[in-house]
Order: sequence, then C-alpha cells, then structure tokens
Amino acid sequence: MVTRPNDAKYVDGKEILVTDTDERTSEIPEVERIIVRFAGDSGDGMQLTGDRFTAASALFGNDLATLPEYPAEIRAPAGTLAGVSAFQVHIADHDINTPGDSPSVLVAMNPAALKADLPKVVEHGTLIINSDAFDERNLKKAGYESNPLEDGSLAGYQVITAPMTELTKEACKDLGVKPRDAERSKNFFALGMVSWLYSRPTKGTYDWIEQKFKGKDLVIAANMAAFKAGDVYAENADLWASRRVVRPAKLDPGTYTNINGNTALSWGLIAASKQAGIPLFLGSYPITPATDILHELAKHKNFGVRTFQAEDEIAGVGSALGASYGGHIGVTTTSGPGLALKAETIGLAVSLELPLVIVDVQRGGPSTGLPTKTEASDLMIALHGRHGEAPLPVVASSTPADCFFAAIEAVRIAVEYHTPVILLSDGYLGNGTEPWRLPSVDDLPPIKVEYLTEPNNVGVEGAPDFMPYLRDETLTRPWILPGTPGLAHRIGGIEKDDTGNISYDPENHERMVRTRDAHIAKIAESIPPIVPRGDVDADVLVLGWGSTRGAITAAVGRMRRKGRKMAQIHLRHLNPYPPNLAELIKSYDKVIVPEMNLGQLAHELRAEFLIDIKSITKIMGQPFTPAELVERIEGAIDD
Amino acid sequence: MTETITTTRKDWVSNQEVRWCPGCGDYGILMAVQMAMTEIGSDPDKTAFVSGIGCAARFPYYMNTYGMHSIHGRSPAIASGLALARPDLDVWVVGGDGDMLSIGGNHLIHAMRRNVNLTILLFNNRIYGLTKGQYSPTSEEGKITKSSPMGSIDHPFNPISLVLGAEASFVGRTHDMDRKHMIDMFKRAHDHKGSSVVEIFQNCNVFNNGAYGDITSNDRREEMIIDLHDGEPIRFGHDGSHGVIIDHGVAKIVETADVGVDALTVHHHDNPDPSVAFALSRLASNPDAPTPMGVFRSVERPVYGDVLEAQLEKATADKGPGDLNTLLHSLPTWEVG
Ligand code: SF4
Repeated sequence: MVTRPNDAKYVDGKEILVTDTDERTSEIPEVERIIVRFAGDSGDGMQLTGDRFTAASALFGNDLATLPEYPAEIRAPAGTLAGVSAFQVHIADHDINTPGDSPSVLVAMNPAALKADLPKVVEHGTLIINSDAFDERNLKKAGYESNPLEDGSLAGYQVITAPMTELTKEACKDLGVKPRDAERSKNFFALGMVSWLYSRPTKGTYDWIEQKFKGKDLVIAANMAAFKAGDVYAENADLWASRRVVRPAKLDPGTYTNINGNTALSWGLIAASKQAGIPLFLGSYPITPATDILHELAKHKNFGVRTFQAEDEIAGVGSALGASYGGHIGVTTTSGPGLALKAETIGLAVSLELPLVIVDVQRGGPSTGLPTKTEASDLMIALHGRHGEAPLPVVASSTPADCFFAAIEAVRIAVEYHTPVILLSDGYLGNGTEPWRLPSVDDLPPIKVEYLTEPNNVGVEGAPDFMPYLRDETLTRPWILPGTPGLAHRIGGIEKDDTGNISYDPENHERMVRTRDAHIAKIAESIPPIVPRGDVDADVLVLGWGSTRGAITAAVGRMRRKGRKMAQIHLRHLNPYPPNLAELIKSYDKVIVPEMNLGQLAHELRAEFLIDIKSITKIMGQPFTPAELVERIEGAIDD
Repeated sequence: MTETITTTRKDWVSNQEVRWCPGCGDYGILMAVQMAMTEIGSDPDKTAFVSGIGCAARFPYYMNTYGMHSIHGRSPAIASGLALARPDLDVWVVGGDGDMLSIGGNHLIHAMRRNVNLTILLFNNRIYGLTKGQYSPTSEEGKITKSSPMGSIDHPFNPISLVLGAEASFVGRTHDMDRKHMIDMFKRAHDHKGSSVVEIFQNCNVFNNGAYGDITSNDRREEMIIDLHDGEPIRFGHDGSHGVIIDHGVAKIVETADVGVDALTVHHHDNPDPSVAFALSRLASNPDAPTPMGVFRSVERPVYGDVLEAQLEKATADKGPGDLNTLLHSLPTWEVG
C-alpha cells in the first residue's frame, strides 16, 4: 500500500475540487498530494524525467513545486553517491508552497540513488527501483554490504521493482537502436511507470518526446517505446493497489504556466525594459546557478535585448555600467563568487550614481562552496560588501514566479533613483518551478525614466548652467546621456562636488557621503508599508526573506491551524526596509527569523532595531521543509 | 560615426586645471589629441573618453567631451558597454601601461579580439607614476625602482606583440616628442572601424626620465626610428641607409647598400597575415635599438557592435518586435476556469 504523506491532514483546510477530467482515474483512490523524487546517476536523465512529470502534472491542473538537485560535476563518477542527481516534485490538489517535506515516492535508478535518498523518504513510502542496476559492482560503489532488495532492509516500504534496463532494451530491439543506446531510454521506462501509477495523461508526453528530440528519429522511437513499456509494465504487474490520483487544484481562475525563477527573472527584466521604454543590456560571465538568465535573455534580441558574454565577472558588470552610462538598463547576473569580484565596480556605480542591476543567484559559499546547492548567505555582502561608505538598495525574490516582479522592482529603483541595486535570488528559486498565473501586461507597474536635456541650474549673471550632481527632492541626480548637446561633463570615482568635478575638500566629502546615504534611505518613501499575514492578535512574528517564503508560509499555516496565534512578514526590500517595519517589528513579543545562513538578517535587525531576534538557521544546501520549520519555530517560541 | 563638424582646439579644452607634473609627456599627447579632434571633425558632445586609474587616466577631465574616469584596469570593459549601447558615439579609451597591461590586461586583449569600436590610447612610460615609481609590466629587466631595489626580475611585455597576438585589427605606435606623427596616428586609429590601439611612448620625467631618450631625441630619431609607410620598403637612417628584411620570419636590420633597395621588405599594413607585423614588433623590445613607429597593422574585420545590431535586426525581422504578452505565454499554458 502506498501511504499518504503523514502530514497531509494539516493542509486540508481548503475545499478539494473534484472534477472528472480523465476517465482513467475514475476508480482510483484519490490523494491530496504526492511528493515524487526521481534519483539516479547524473547521466541517467533524472532532471529531464522530473521535468516532464512536472509538466504533465501542471497541464493536468495540479499545484506543484519542484526542487532539482544535481552534483557540481558534469559527470561525477558513475554509480557513486557523489554522482547522484535528483529531482523532487510536489504535486497537490490544493495551493502549496514548497517541494514538500519528505518524498512519498522515490524512484531509484541505482543503488547509490537508493542509498543517498532513502533516508529522505516518508515511513512506509513507495520505492520504485530499477533492479537491473543492483549488481555487485554497483552495490559496492554505493557502499552496500548486501543487496537491500534481498536482505529485508526495505521491509518498512512499499517496494516496486522492475528490470528497467532489460525491459527497455527489449522494447527497443526491433527499432534498429543499438542496445547501448536503448539503455539510455530507461528513464522513460521509469517515467512510464510513474505516470501510470499516478494517473498522468500520456498524450502530452508523447507530443513532447517528438518535439524535444526532433530530427533524431531513433531516439524518439526508443524513448516512446520505453515510455510505453513502463506504462504497460505497471499496468500488468498488478500494481493497481498502488495506483493514486491527485486531482487538479482549485487555483484562482486564469492562464497558468509552470515557471522557474531564472526564466521569470529574465522575463521580468524584459518587462521592466518595456515599462521603462529603454533597452536592456546584460553583461554577464557564466556561473552556476545564474547562467540560465544569460541563456534566456540571449534568445530575446527582438525585444532589443543586448547580451554580452564578458571575459570575466568584472567585465560583466563593467560593460553593464558602461551601457547604463549610455542610457540602457545595464544588468549583470552572477552568483556569490562573481558578486565578490564585482564589488569594486559596484562601488564605482555608487559613486557615479548611475542605474545598474546586479542579480545574485546565491549558492552555497564561501569560495566555490556548494555551487549547485542553494543558500542565502550573500545578504551581508549585498548590503555591506564594498569598501568605503557605499550604501545601495537590496531587494530579494521569494518564489520562482516572484522573480518576475522582483526584477521589475529592482529595475524601477535603479532607473528612478539612479543607483546600483542588488537583486538576490538563489539556486532553489532559480531552478525550482511553480505554476504561475500570468499577469496582465497592462497591470504591470510603470517605470519612470527621465533624462536631463537642458541646463538644470542658473550660473553667474543668470546664464544657464549645468550641474551633473544637482539633486531633486528625492536626492537623485539627473541622468544625462552622452551625446546630449551642450551638457558634456565628466564623472568619475574620485570624490566630486555638485559640478561633478574633483573635490578633495573635507567638508564636501562628508556632505557627499551623508547625501548618498540619505538618498538610498529616501527610497523607502516609494515602498508600500508592509502588511503582516496571520492573526491580528498574534504575539509571535515570523519574519523571513528570500526563498524561505514557501516553507515559512506552510509552517505558519500548520501552526495556526493547530490554534497558535501567529503573524508572518516576508521582506522584499532589505535596504531600505519598508517604512513601517520598525513600528511593526516592535509590536510583537517574539520575532523569529528563519534563514539559510548563520543569521545574517537577524544580525541586521538586531543592530537596526535594538530588539532581540530568535534566529533559526540552516546551512545544508537545501531549503527548509515545513515540518522542520514547525518544530524549530515551536522550539524558538518556548525558548 | 557622426557627421563632421568644424571646431577649434579650444572647443576641446575643458575648464579643469591640468595637473600633471610640469614637463610630463602627457601634456604633448593631450594637445595632439585635441588637435587631432579638430582635424577629424568630431563633435565634442558626441565623443566620450573613458579611462581607468593612473596619471594618464586623468585625461578625460581635461577634454571638453563626455567622460568617465573609472577604476583601475577596467576602462576597456566599461567602454565596450558604452560603445555597444551607443554606436552613435565616438568612444576613446585612455590608460597607461600599468592600467592597461597589468591590472586591466585581460580587458585589453578581449576588447582587441572582439573588435569593439573603440580607439585605445596606451600611454607607455614604463613605470608606475601615480604610485610614485614602481616597475611596470613594460619596465626593462634589472630596472632599479623602489619596489625592485636589486633590479626588476620581471620580463616585460612588448605591447605591440601582445595586441597583435590578441587579434587586434589596428595597431599603431607613436611617441610624445612628435606631435605631427601623433595626430596622424590618432586620426587613423579613430577612422579605423573596430578596436584600434596606439601605443604612445611617453616620458615620465619624474620617475623614469629619458626612458625613450635614446630614440626620440632630435639627434637620434633618424637612426633609431623606423618609420613604417604602407606600400613602401622599410627604410630608415640618413638617406635610408638602413632597412629591414624578413629572414625566415625574423625581422633583421641590414645596410641598404649591402642588399639593394629591392631586397628590403615592403610594408603592407593590411597584410591579412599578422606575422610580418609581429616580426617587426620584435625588432626592439627596449628603446635602445632601432624601433618601428607608425601603423603596424590595419585590417578590416567584422565589428562586434555591427554584428550585434545585425542580430537584433534579424531577430526582429524573423520573430517580429518583441511582444511581452506573447513571451509570457511562450511556455505550455493551461486555463483554470
Ligand atoms: S608622475 Fe610621471 S607620468 Fe605621472 S604626471 Fe608626473 S611625469 Fe607624468
């Protein structure tokens, strides 16, 4: 029997929508959610398989969240624990926020995958295993003394085995595909089995295989045959008792797409360029996990997007700054190590007061750290990681789809206030997906752009004069494009006065430093006050930022359903804070801040507001699960 | 490129006081650049100078144009972004040997390789001036400076060899004692489409005085400077007494009378094969031997910005101008009623 995930009850406060969308599912027991984890060797195509299962589920109407996890090496040694690549997807018939606590189903393509991921699986969970891979060599590589399929160690689980490799080869034998090549399609056999077990419609997958492998007829034939064979195998192997269906979720009406954060962020930048009416320039150097933004933007030159693959991180930000000087929206994308390299140029942008957007898709650090794993440990470097007094706005995205809106907000601040802005995403948001109800293009926020084209000052004897650093009421200096007749001027990183010319005057320096600081602080006036979610009479506030939003929302929801009064705030703006944050944060007895670092925001809030903060931290390269957050928030409350 | 207009040198002089040491070679270069601008017919408002850090990098402040004094070494990268965003501008880059060849070496070579439309002036005084006299990447081995009291151990770059190796499409050399030659080089570098670099032998009279005295002083020029002229045999010295031949790929100085004029190598700066230019660049790595001046190489190659703009146009022609709503619906979608 397949067990229902042990915490399913806590999220069923919502009405379950039952519609007969697929006849095949009519007699199959329904579950509210399943969490499937596909795990295999990094060469086994697990990301593709997981992706496809996700797409089929999205089109079926489930709500979902995904978590791809892959090794840092392109091909880590085959068969070893280090080489395990996994893709976890949480599908549900209701609104969900995270890729789930523990998988209820593990697809293990080899012993290493089983060994690495079995501890994550729920009690009595389902294991779907490629028995062909459990030979002596592979068992040894995974560190098994005896074969877990035979030694009874999996007794607590629902184990479904299939000789996937052999059956795939068999299915392909008349297609003219070489057995070695046929073997590669075994992930589609697994997908076929899982699709049958969880009643996914199959047509979409057939269409997708044809599209994806267009021009490679043998590959199409092999993948189709393997997929069908898996489907048939599951049906014939008497797995009816294990079969489940997850009904479509009741989501707000609209058109949905399944989106990952890096794509959403790229589209957000394009949308911002449209809203501002100025072209987008991306200067970027490839780095995991940010590179997909470069890939995505490079595809959209018909939007006037110029992408420049620079020789290094420094040239990435330098070229973006040069483009901003020329009147484009200069953007650079990177991850932690790259942000460190860009620091000096970002400081120059602070001094020049030019728009610039720096996107940091954070990963585990320091140094190369955990390049393919997620972490949110770049908050401090974003806020403070420059020499001198160099304040700048920092905004963070909180879900994959939210990356779209966070990008628009980052561009808005950059071009309306003429400042570099750091936009923080992370590997989990960048690669993770969620269904996104597409916004109406007409509802996107406007972005105001002004260039100075006439002298802005009156000089001696009333003659028109011009001051590049003369500020408006928001303390913003004008944006003056090179080429503007009559306004030629010089800017630079040396301290200057309002004329833009070099000034070493001590009083002027202090005035400029304080003015730049006040200028950034003033941005708060353009940020709407933040409204906490949850109980009005709560005494506990859980405050988060970044990709913890899903897990915090789920955890707070569960605790509130158990009767605990709680409030939740999730910060988009980390500098400056929303204008009412000080007042708000002081109105709770306990403020708990979960973070995927050693407590960086907690540290900031303590310093800023002089209040005690309970910090909950996790730094394992993996997001919080709601279940562990519930436990740790309870601990922090009792503390 | 912009339409040509008529200006005088004064139109190019900013209101900023020039603050190089008295006697610095930079003064002469500034004057020559301003004069070249009037001859080119550039518009000061359509011209931008981008620099890094160093004595030379103060240059933009003294030009009555748009300008950015940026950070050490990064000017080619910043200027690349500006030039790509604004093909309508004339973008010049100014820096010294420390700025461009040491901390910014990577950006310089990649700007060359890409052929972004930039005119790069490389002031080579073979010393760190602004930090008060350390050996630079072009200082000769054994040079005694504050950071090399027993003599520099570093082998120097030959900047011309370096940029030729970096696929530069225009490479020239001039020196601060010959205004006419400088103006000519600057004009030709400017008119070249793509990345052009001009190495300028520049005297730092405070920390490396006379570095080029052996070749640039009036009485030595004739025998020590090899003027390169396109389409002409490479000759120098009194009445062309000496010349250059390329022997098994190596440039050699010969007496013209010994080999005959017809045997001398004829200079073709548009030679698609850079190896002759490279051989010429190897003639002197220290300014104590006859040294070629002029255009080493000037070849046509696709300009990065032109190709980028063509891709934008093609993408727009093929797919139509970008429509945000279509983009948002470009992945599989489903309706929830
Ligand atoms: S230190 Fe040398 S290069 Fe610098 S301004 Fe003085 S003379 Fe010129």
